[in-house]
Amino acid sequence: MPRREWVPDSADTGRPSAARVYDYFLGGMHNFAADRANATAAAGVYPDLPRIMRANRSYLGRVVRYLVRAGIRQFLDLGSGIPTAGNVHELAHALQPRTRIVYVDIDPVAVAHSEALVHGDPRISVLQADVRQVESVLQAAESTLDFERPIGVLMVSLLHFIPENPGELIRAYLSRLDAGSYVALSHVSTEGPADQLAELVRLSGQTSTPLHLRPRTEIEQMISGLDLVEPGLVYLPQWHPDLPEDVGANPERANDYAAVIHKP
Amino acid sequence: MPTSRSPIVSLHSGDHQSLSHSETPGAALEPRSVEESSVLDVFGSQWANIVLETGFSALNRGDLATELTVLAGDIADALLTDPFSDEAGFRTGVALVHTRLTDVVVLRKSSQLLSRLPRIIGRASPETAVRMSMLIGALGAGFAHALKEQTVHEQETIHSAVLAARGRAELALRASEERFRAVFEGAAIAVAICDVNGTFLDVNPVLANMVGEPTSAIRGRSVFDFVHPDDAIDMHREVFDKLARGEAGRAHVEKRFRRGNGEMGWTRLALSLVRSEDGSPDYLVAMGEDVTERHQLQHQLRHQALHDPLTGLPNRSLLYEKLDETFSRSRHDGRIGLLFLDLDGFKVINDRLGHGTGDRLLVEVADRLHATVTKRGHMVARIGGDEFVVLVSDSPGLDDLTVLADEILDTIKKPIKVDEHALPVNASIGIVERPIAGTEPAELMRAADSTMYWAKAEGKGRWRVYDEQRSEYELFLYRLESEMAGALDRGEFILNYQPLVGLEDGRIRGLEALIRWMHPEYGLLSPDKFIPKAEENGFILELGRWVLQQACMQGKAWQLSGAQPFVSVNVAMLQCTEGDLRADVLTALEHSGLAPEKLQLEITESAMMGGPMEPVAVLGDVVCEGVRVAIDDFGTGYSNWSALRRLPVHDLKLAGAFVEGLRPREGSLVEVDTRIVGTMISMAHALGLSVTAENVETQEQATRLRELGCDAGQGWLFAKPMSVLEVDKLLAANGRFDTGF
Repeated sequence: MPRREWVPDSADTGRPSAARVYDYFLGGMHNFAADRANATAAAGVYPDLPRIMRANRSYLGRVVRYLVRAGIRQFLDLGSGIPTAGNVHELAHALQPRTRIVYVDIDPVAVAHSEALVHGDPRISVLQADVRQVESVLQAAESTLDFERPIGVLMVSLLHFIPENPGELIRAYLSRLDAGSYVALSHVSTEGPADQLAELVRLSGQTSTPLHLRPRTEIEQMISGLDLVEPGLVYLPQWHPDLPEDVGANPERANDYAAVIHKP
Repeated sequence: MPTSRSPIVSLHSGDHQSLSHSETPGAALEPRSVEESSVLDVFGSQWANIVLETGFSALNRGDLATELTVLAGDIADALLTDPFSDEAGFRTGVALVHTRLTDVVVLRKSSQLLSRLPRIIGRASPETAVRMSMLIGALGAGFAHALKEQTVHEQETIHSAVLAARGRAELALRASEERFRAVFEGAAIAVAICDVNGTFLDVNPVLANMVGEPTSAIRGRSVFDFVHPDDAIDMHREVFDKLARGEAGRAHVEKRFRRGNGEMGWTRLALSLVRSEDGSPDYLVAMGEDVTERHQLQHQLRHQALHDPLTGLPNRSLLYEKLDETFSRSRHDGRIGLLFLDLDGFKVINDRLGHGTGDRLLVEVADRLHATVTKRGHMVARIGGDEFVVLVSDSPGLDDLTVLADEILDTIKKPIKVDEHALPVNASIGIVERPIAGTEPAELMRAADSTMYWAKAEGKGRWRVYDEQRSEYELFLYRLESEMAGALDRGEFILNYQPLVGLEDGRIRGLEALIRWMHPEYGLLSPDKFIPKAEENGFILELGRWVLQQACMQGKAWQLSGAQPFVSVNVAMLQCTEGDLRADVLTALEHSGLAPEKLQLEITESAMMGGPMEPVAVLGDVVCEGVRVAIDDFGTGYSNWSALRRLPVHDLKLAGAFVEGLRPREGSLVEVDTRIVGTMISMAHALGLSVTAENVETQEQATRLRELGCDAGQGWLFAKPMSVLEVDKLLAANGRFDTGF
């Protein structure tokens, strides 16, 4: 019988992976020719893309710092990718060394890399899982995180990779969190130039995690009725900028929405 | 380049968020003036803004600006410090990479910006220009060095991660393959994997065992090497075409297969299609079990259910199945034929020689029938004890069926040797042959069955062909039979009377009561339509009693009105043997008050003399009560004159045939008949009996009969059977018939 290639997609270095493409945009070298070709092509059709990627990473940093300062000592980073510069544990530990972190990604290479990076650190664990399997993710995270206490759940640049109802996913996690927990998210919208975005989505189809962009109304719907940290749903640069000038003249060019949900 | 003092760069990406360093190189420096510091702050912010346009930094803008301000200060110091060192430039290049500002645009823009630094800090000179260019060169070297280190390091880590992920996947795959192998090899059912054309790629031991060949001999061969040739087309259509085209993902079939030794078996297969990544059909997985035994059992059970265990012939169920099949399949202009065969006298053989002998006889008959019928392509079934049916599902015509029937009768006629007996066997056959359109199996069977009874009734050992009219008439009689009892209750029976006329004087001597049925649908029915059935089923007893009572009452009524004739009532033998005729007569006489001598009973010669002595005894009793007895239809039976001497009889009624003979017609022997009748009359008179001639139709007959001394006559010459009212009128007119004298 013909042998099927049962090597996972992302371990196939000939096929781009979202995590490695992201790494490339952040100036990392954890990537291969196929990733770089995909990233270059994506940036070619959508020149604002590198800016959006950087804005996302910057938002992640601001959110983590914000939450640590708000008293959060546990993080569940869903779709953590390859945690290079500005990763959650470094950001959090710089402020609070006892912060516990669980990284979750579906990409086995990203997970293997994360494991190598944090190896031996008892405060951190790494799971390879599909974040949509909420129960199994939470069950595996329980050995590191205390669900009786507030947790910061990070869904940064995650939900536009979830084809089915992301609002339900948010609520599924929220329902299992203690009061005082947060869910931070960002989501690329369909507001940008339609043909460029369409091409971007097509290119993402080369990876095993294609993009599912949504209009603002759908993103609003996904979090409607939930308590949002001020200033609510905004463009990424507008969410608690370090400096007022960081917002820039055209924050909408980020074409990426951010919101942090607070569970009362 | 002062490598000894170059920064020791940790490759851990997380360790260098801060660009500041513990050691500040160079000789004693004058503290920077406030003015100089603010110039450097502006420079650092500008630098941060420029690089953040093209790259990501782990630091936020403010922190990055602060750090870049420090580095700019170091570079500014290096410009002015002796001895000159480019170390600050190198360190800055390394620092940029460590903060993730790895894009070469960052290097270019930083270089461009720094080249303006001497002027910005107000120290532009040929000397500082040279130093600046050397510092920028060192910046490039540091950037390149750090970038190379980071690239190598990160490529190593990502490759390790890939290998780790692959290793895990392979472990998982190996475990999965081992599990698959365990399932495949150890499964209790047959499993095969084949390509979309049906070539076996792999088979498990159960499958090999099933077809009786080693797995190695099966791999690479076609599924169709093992499929029964008759099932190959279906297999193609139901499985391969459908699955291969991707129309269906699964199929379940039950097919015959060929074992290595040539034997056939049955297998039940569940097939599923596995698609390749692009969705096109890749290969088929088949799981099957050997259901040969179940099939054989089913076949056996079906055979048992559809065949007669004694003779092995198809049974009634199978016959009906084939009939239904014929009716559903045939063209509308097709014809069908049935031969319904019943052995004659089989019950006697069974009773006399025992069931064992009977069974052996049946087996032999069945074998002969089978041999005769099946060679013509027809089917013969045993549908009951000694009943067989031949089905000719595509009948060429009636003639072929009668030829077949003759052949069958000939075949079974040859004595059958059972034990020490050589038994001759005869059968009666009913044949039905008709177009398929317009009939149905049950109707066909019913017709063949009743036709067989005609053959029996007509003497057995023969065939009869179904006759629609006869059948309808039988149905009509059958209907009458079923309605008789109710008809009596509803008063549908009436009596007519026919005068018995004295030939000497033309006076009415008696009135014979004749029963009629006023049927609401069929109108007036004569007794020949219903009396035979009534005699068969015993209803005659009840009906006879009623006739007796009615006639006696009517006779009494006529006597009261002054008339003298007796009433004559026909009595069936059954009334003498099964009923209590004497009691019935006495009751009727008593109820009506009729004098016994005014009642005459008529009984046929055959009933009186052909059977047991019982009727004679009964009639003797009745005669003792004073009732007259006449022998009806005399001369048609044994006409046993010697017996007649001893019988309690008053009158002989000469059968119509003799009277008919007295009527001169061409070719008739009037003289002979006249002498015979004359002799009969003389003999009757010698025995002291009076004689009544039946069926007197002409004056000539009447004249001759009178000349011969016949006492009375009855017939249309005088009167047809009449209603009571007509008789009343006749009697009231003191009616005398003209007898011609």
